[in-house]
Amino acid sequence: MNIIVCIKQVPNTNEVRIDPVRGTLIRDGVPSIINPDDRNALEEALRIKDNYENVKVTVLSMGPPQADAALREAIAMGADEAILLTDRAFAGSDTWATSTALAAGIKHIGDYNIIFCGRQAIDGDTAQVGPQIAEHLGLPQITYVEELKIEGNKVIAKRALEDGYFVIESEMPVLLTAIKELNQPRYPSIRGVYDAYKGDKVKALSAKDINADFDNVGLDGSPTQVNRSFTPQGRTGQGELFQGDCKESVKKLVVRLREKHLV
Amino acid sequence: MNFNLSKEQLMVRSIMREFTENEVKPIAAEIDKTERFPRETVEKMAKYNMMGIPFPAEYGGAGGDDLAYAIAVEELSKSCATTGVILSAHTSLGCWPIYKYGTEEQKQKYLVPLAKGEYLGAFGLTEPNAGTDAASQQTTAVLDGDNYILNGTKIFITNGGEADVYIIFAMTDKSKGTRGISAFIVEKDFPGFSIGKIEEKMGIRASSTAELIFQNCIVPKENLLGNEGEGFKIAMSTLDGGRIGIAAQALGIAAGALEETIKYVKERQQFGRPLSKFQGLQWMIADMATEIDAARLLVYRAAFNKSNGLPYGKEAAMAKLYASECAMNVTTKCVQLFGGYGYTKDYPMERMMRDAKITEIYEGTSQVQQMVIAAALLK
Repeated sequence: MNIIVCIKQVPNTNEVRIDPVRGTLIRDGVPSIINPDDRNALEEALRIKDNYENVKVTVLSMGPPQADAALREAIAMGADEAILLTDRAFAGSDTWATSTALAAGIKHIGDYNIIFCGRQAIDGDTAQVGPQIAEHLGLPQITYVEELKIEGNKVIAKRALEDGYFVIESEMPVLLTAIKELNQPRYPSIRGVYDAYKGDKVKALSAKDINADFDNVGLDGSPTQVNRSFTPQGRTGQGELFQGDCKESVKKLVVRLREKHLV
Repeated sequence: MNFNLSKEQLMVRSIMREFTENEVKPIAAEIDKTERFPRETVEKMAKYNMMGIPFPAEYGGAGGDDLAYAIAVEELSKSCATTGVILSAHTSLGCWPIYKYGTEEQKQKYLVPLAKGEYLGAFGLTEPNAGTDAASQQTTAVLDGDNYILNGTKIFITNGGEADVYIIFAMTDKSKGTRGISAFIVEKDFPGFSIGKIEEKMGIRASSTAELIFQNCIVPKENLLGNEGEGFKIAMSTLDGGRIGIAAQALGIAAGALEETIKYVKERQQFGRPLSKFQGLQWMIADMATEIDAARLLVYRAAFNKSNGLPYGKEAAMAKLYASECAMNVTTKCVQLFGGYGYTKDYPMERMMRDAKITEIYEGTSQVQQMVIAAALLK
């Protein structure tokens, strides 16, 4: 079985600050990480590899040459090989252009049973790239996967909803998007780190290499136009202060919370 | 001159940071309080090849280098000096002498499971009357047929009682002084070997510190490490490397304390503004950060030298001397900046200050480091 996991290298938003004037992220000196949901996707692929014979996990990313580090980390976690789609032609891609490029990369790889993506990236929060790849490739898709089983040529996934879940069965090939509830990703092993940098485990491919549709990648191929980015003003709710005797205040507080059905 | 870490070392650092944050920090206060050896952490470290970072993969290691190992100890010690010393004593003192002096058979039998973390290692040199004066060994080993018979007592042995394999030093020929000391690989289940008193300590309280008792302990003669009479050389060279681990531990304690303190002084308000706005306190922070960076450069240089086949004995002693005194100084000041809260167990600062003290004492006191440095300069 061949599993392709799409990952994105993102700034660790826990350490990102926002430029108060321009409303943009200050990325200087912020470490880059594998997008958290993508790590869940990779972990699930690696668990399938742990539990079944002849499973090959290929990691795919589109990004600048620095994204190499994220792919090496994926290999250190246990992926077999990695492909980086890197080309100036891809710069400035929105989700449409990104999914076009990734789909071309996947076609280039060829043989696959599962395409695994994270639900969404922490720096964009669109949750569009995974589903778009499925559309480009004409694949069935199951998004928000929180539990997964493989049975023969089928996957059975629990798809999370806000207040429940679907159980969805699909034949492979299929595209899945992972949410953090799916699993607890492993750490890369230290030996894996040293192995990941030995030999040629990350293959860099250009737009030409994968026969990308140049009209639909990069900034020019992106229908999205960013007008302005800004930090929304925080909503200031009406507060209520209970003062005086502590016991009495707590009593009043609990009554108010009950009234609002919060406890 | 290149001050950049390699890509591998950077990734090891980020893995160790995440591991420490998720697996080590959450239990640090509890294991300190209860003196509980964190066996589960050792098992997790084994799973991710953290127990044999500088050893080649064919011997069960991660195939990394000494600097990556020092970084691992540093990152662990930022949140838990106990976990830092467990790894340091295991790697530098338990594994390394076998890697350096062991026969191929000894490496296969002991180093492979040690470096994989299936076994935990320890090192027994110190005795009640042989501390800094390590040459005054009273433990004896007498060859009797195919076995050595060991008699004597070791004290203050890190990982003692928890370890599976011990590197033990004993006199095989008292008439030869230091040249009469030999090293042995002793398994925990060898007949005549038992664990005595477990020390109750001021700091690194979840690390086991034990007395080892040898009463006609039978050690197969193939477990002699190196040749007879080479024990003192093995011990001293092992400690040269071990000091890099302890220096890294001290560095981690200092760096971790400062990280916590910087967060605190930005939040804590007095006289209507955060502590971080008071210039007198800013200067304390600046001095501590400078001292920590100096310590880090000394530690990393010693580790770099060791990995690159350069002399590192004096460098390791300098790193350990400076980093341990830095840890004591910085944690003392950090408690001061936390004020009354720093003195309570609600914050990690008092634990870090207690943990720091041992780094000036074990694997050679500060005074021993000065002896080593002076001896290298004045020979």
